[in-house]
Amino acid sequence: MSENRIFLDPTSERVPDQRQRQPRPGSLAGKTVGVLDISKARGNVFLDRLDTLLAGEGITVKRYMKPTFARPAPTELLQQIASECDVVVEGLAD
Amino acid sequence: MQNLQDGLIVVAKRDCPTCVLIEPVLAALTGGGEALNVYSQDDPGFPGSIDSVIDDRQLEASYHLDIETVPTMLRLKDGQEVGRVVGWERQEWREFTGMAELGEGLPEFRPGCGSLSVGPGMAERLAVRFGDLNLTSRRVEIGAMEDEVEALYERGWSDGLPLVPPTEERVVRMLAGTTREADAVVGIVPPDLAECTVEKVAINAVMAGCKPEYMPVVIAAVEAALMEEFCMHGLLCTTMFSGPVVIVNGPVRNAIGMNSGMNALGQGNRANATIGRALQLVIRNVGGGRPGQIDRSALGNPGKYTFCFAEDEEGSCWESLAVERGFDVDTSTVTLFAGDGMQGVVDQKSREPESLARSFAECLRVVDHPKLAMAGDAVLVVSPEHERVFRDAGWSKARLKDELHTLLQLSGVDMVAGERGIAEGLPEKFRGATVPKFRPDGLHIVRAGGPAGMFSSIIAGWAASGEKGSIAVTKEVGT
Repeated sequence: MSENRIFLDPTSERVPDQRQRQPRPGSLAGKTVGVLDISKARGNVFLDRLDTLLAGEGITVKRYMKPTFARPAPTELLQQIASECDVVVEGLAD
Repeated sequence: MQNLQDGLIVVAKRDCPTCVLIEPVLAALTGGGEALNVYSQDDPGFPGSIDSVIDDRQLEASYHLDIETVPTMLRLKDGQEVGRVVGWERQEWREFTGMAELGEGLPEFRPGCGSLSVGPGMAERLAVRFGDLNLTSRRVEIGAMEDEVEALYERGWSDGLPLVPPTEERVVRMLAGTTREADAVVGIVPPDLAECTVEKVAINAVMAGCKPEYMPVVIAAVEAALMEEFCMHGLLCTTMFSGPVVIVNGPVRNAIGMNSGMNALGQGNRANATIGRALQLVIRNVGGGRPGQIDRSALGNPGKYTFCFAEDEEGSCWESLAVERGFDVDTSTVTLFAGDGMQGVVDQKSREPESLARSFAECLRVVDHPKLAMAGDAVLVVSPEHERVFRDAGWSKARLKDELHTLLQLSGVDMVAGERGIAEGLPEKFRGATVPKFRPDGLHIVRAGGPAGMFSSIIAGWAASGEKGSIAVTKEVGT
């Protein structure tokens, strides 16, 4: 049967966008660094240390936290980080 | 299609004795006052008494005229049908044509025969060929030398097991299982947040091996998975074991032949196997959730191929899961639970409910880890021989739940991190506390299984159960 050789695509038929990464800053001097804790156990251990090291170099650090690691970050939180920071470090831990 | 001319139309086939019987009638009609067009489904040389029989071996006219029986006579006026007669009933044909002598000498009545256009599988084939299909999915053409099943693997659509090729015919047939329009949107599927139409559900249901009559259950399962509180995105991404477990309640269980009895959580029943698989394929193919990519599970569990079963409501002395959750006993539902695999509870000696409840509690305590609490929910699947113990003692499901709740108030001192020589455990602040193993509403009880064996089963839930992650959801099965 010729029609059996045509299948219907079961996927969303999406083609992923290829986007350029934001240019990396050459230096963190004068930048504000966001540190995002996703609420995974012990993620704060790593991020606290990072915070200390960055602050020690005179860099402004702002801390953020997702309500739960199991769900995507709320849009308001993403907007807040984007408006307040130049770069962000997101900590995943277990 | 070709234009149908006004006047009388008769659709017939040589293979039909009634059509052969009325051949003289058709000859007589050609001499009548109305234009007559005869369509033959199997032999353009039939009826031999008609000069210009129209060849309908492709069944295009039969399809468009919605012919179910031959002979059928109908009248078109201004391109619209204004009447039809089916089979041979002499008086009816005389009144319809206004020819009082028509069919003189023939029997008064003979039933017609089945139209070739409604033979097994033909309706879908004709719908694909001649119908006004609104299927919008991309057509993927398979090369002449390609093996169909291998082709599906190569395109990345499979969960690892062979798929049924999603041909247009099969998808049309699948869509006939629901009243929903093909382009209706069921929801937005993570992780790609892609819109999922009924058509996409049908394609994946075909591949999973579903029958069309399962479609309403598959759609309900997809809808439930996409409810906010179920947290399908996180469930897919987690490094833990879990996947969606589908529990079906209500009349649809028996209507589509689901298994709630012997081996209910196992293999061998088509509906159980393919409904759960269809949901997983939707997540994989529409949502883009694939193991090793967004699905980061360290080990997974076999239920991520499919994990779907029905509750044995008829055999149970307890109200069903769906009734507990506020649905009517006559309403069909799916309940989705973010579950790991299953762990057996073997207790062949308890004949008193207190004893069996203690067994359940001991086994439930190890969900996630004996020293963790209020993390994963659980479903306790109670078998008939275990349920009998509670039935004989007059214990309701609520009573058993209360008892388990009491038995699962755990002493924090044993559970804090580092105690009993195990680093894992609750934070130190719980040392002096009494800790419930499960969060409120975190333990579900359903009744399923075969008649013999004093065994029940625990389906441990995702350790991120509750507000922070997934909450069990129930959705009514539509049409």
